[in-house]
Amino acid sequence: MIEAIRECLGQEMEADNRVVVIGEDVGVLGGVFRATDGLQARFGKDRVVDMPLAEGVIVGSGIGLAMSGLRPVIELQFLGFGHQAFHQIGQQVARLRYRSQGRHSLPLVIRSPFGGGVRTPELHSDAFEAFYTHTPGLKVVAPATAYDAKGLLAAAMESDDPVLYLEPLKGYRLTKDEVPDERYTVPLGKLRVARAGADVTLIAWSAAVNVAERAAEELSEQGISVEVLDLRSLNPLDIDGVSESVAKTGRVAILHEAPLTGGFGGELVATIQQECFYSLEAPIIRISAPDTPYPLGGVEDLYIPDVDRVVAEVAALAKASA
Amino acid sequence: MSESRFLPNFEPIAPFSRLTDSGILDSGESPMSDDAVIEALRYMMLTRVFDDKATSMQRQGRFGTFSSVRGQEASVVGAATALDPTKDWIVPQYREFPALIRHGYPIENFALYFMGNPKGGTIPSNVNMLPMQISLAAQIPQATGLAWGLKMQGGDGVVITFFGDGASSEGDFHESLNLAGIMKAPVIFFLQNNGWAISTPRENQTAARSFAERAIGYGVEGVMVDGNDLLAVHEVTTQAVAKARAGGGPTLIESVTYRTGAHNTADDPTRYIDQQELEKWQQKDPVERVKNYLRSRGIWNENLEQELLDSCAAQIDAAMESARNTPLATSDALFNHVYAEPPQRMLDQKRDWAIRNGDAQ
Ligand SMILES: Cc1ncc(C[n+]2csc(CCOP(=O)(O)OP(=O)(O)O)c2C)c(N)n1
Ligand SMILES: [Mg+2]
Repeated sequence: MIEAIRECLGQEMEADNRVVVIGEDVGVLGGVFRATDGLQARFGKDRVVDMPLAEGVIVGSGIGLAMSGLRPVIELQFLGFGHQAFHQIGQQVARLRYRSQGRHSLPLVIRSPFGGGVRTPELHSDAFEAFYTHTPGLKVVAPATAYDAKGLLAAAMESDDPVLYLEPLKGYRLTKDEVPDERYTVPLGKLRVARAGADVTLIAWSAAVNVAERAAEELSEQGISVEVLDLRSLNPLDIDGVSESVAKTGRVAILHEAPLTGGFGGELVATIQQECFYSLEAPIIRISAPDTPYPLGGVEDLYIPDVDRVVAEVAALAKASA
Repeated sequence: MSESRFLPNFEPIAPFSRLTDSGILDSGESPMSDDAVIEALRYMMLTRVFDDKATSMQRQGRFGTFSSVRGQEASVVGAATALDPTKDWIVPQYREFPALIRHGYPIENFALYFMGNPKGGTIPSNVNMLPMQISLAAQIPQATGLAWGLKMQGGDGVVITFFGDGASSEGDFHESLNLAGIMKAPVIFFLQNNGWAISTPRENQTAARSFAERAIGYGVEGVMVDGNDLLAVHEVTTQAVAKARAGGGPTLIESVTYRTGAHNTADDPTRYIDQQELEKWQQKDPVERVKNYLRSRGIWNENLEQELLDSCAAQIDAAMESARNTPLATSDALFNHVYAEPPQRMLDQKRDWAIRNGDAQ
């Protein structure tokens, strides 16, 4: 997946010289995960900039760069350090268009790895997507495959709305599906049916999609047919795509790495019961981390929902009745 | 420009030092007794032994990602030995192993933390420190408030906070120095300028010629010290501590040193580091400099060195062994210590997690 991101950045920078990449360690090093490897050598120090260590000014100056006519792609080294820039993202990035009544567009992409499972040091691995989906004006995408990583990034960069583009730390090197060489986009706001099924709809995004798919495989051996939806984009949300699946299965499980309370799963539950109430055959379940801080690496496997847990909870859901 | 309204351009400052690169003291009096230097050397060597051991364990998958102190031992130990652990506080970043150990944080806990066991975070109740900080610069406002609070309550404890050249670019640095200046908080801002923030060179952090001179804008005293010179760091920090204790307010100390190792065990510095510059700094090795100083005093020899090394190795081995023998954390480690009075919902989750994982409740 990391190669797909790098390739997309290179192609977009080639095609449009207004695109600049700024962030911590993105230049000479090529990013701590190498997402920008080689870009500074290709496009120069003006277009791929090693910024001082300050997320607030990285994002805030990104707004200014966009106002000046450039199309900045910002790398936040880890979403865990998005807090340092949150005043710029939440109050500024997300609202500039509205506050200027359409005068200013903000063609800005903030890329950031997030999520757990790779034993990072403390404070690096939280799945904070819900902070940002609760930030009107900001689009939020979270690809699970390399194909989508490339296509969604291209779409995000094309968009005149600011987009937070979340990259799964766990999937960076693990995810290795086919990626076409040529440039293409994957539309924002369209989910992907990762696996078709009839009994239960299992909704996930980012790294959790892989867990969902593996659980679905095991469940199929138990005779339970699971449809796995990869949301790809949390805002805009593909409500029609979700409803279509729920109309078919009548049973829904939502899987996410973030804590339960206030997680994006709650938003989905509310939306689904509103849109699909008469299709539901059982209460919707959420499979998530507990309501505790992301722990140190030695216990993170107990924190993040794993395949066994998903299998057990979805199997119970398949038998439950309203 | 001489009559302009712009502020005058003043002479750049040079780092304060006491020892030459080869460990010879200048003509003044030593700021540390021989015993104190030997004790400090022990902390420096203990750090080397720990760093080597932890790095090799990390390669074998028995230790997590961690940042060694290599090259900065004099900087950290010189500062730490200026403190009184019974009343002074340390508010660390993450690259200050010997300071924490001297202050009383157990090596075993330090190791457990990097092995990913939440128990490692335990700070004994008589140890005056805040947890290591991973979110860069977040510790600096906290140190400022802690110092301000100690002063408000009439104590004479002082606070030292460690942070890097990189962390100094965060807004938290600015906001803290500003507040500390206003409140005359007894806090020492100990900035370790080790040349790098991962791959980002010091030049990308500030156009100021030194970090120390940035203090002026806050009405705070700044000083630049040779961070590879144990005696100089100790002396400058001791002065800053005495000033803070006496009500003289904060100091920004820029300790000029160099990270001669990788940023952490996940980093490959060959991708960005200037080999010649690295070699130049390796010549200034802070541990060798202290040994040379002791030799020049006629109180150091191979036997003493071997003895010290053996005792350090024994201490680290014992701590690592004990960390390794600590049982793996179970699911309650996710839930314990999150709240003083946990919400029922979380307690229900704790029970569910224990049942699912077969853990004792
Ligand atoms: C707020 C924040 N942003 C980014 C990071 C990722 N990161 C970890 S260490 C580091 C460089 C720190 O440099 P410096 O402050 O000079 O300390 P050093 O590692 O050199 O001791 C970065 C960017 C972080 N931990 N916290
Ligand atoms: Mg540094």
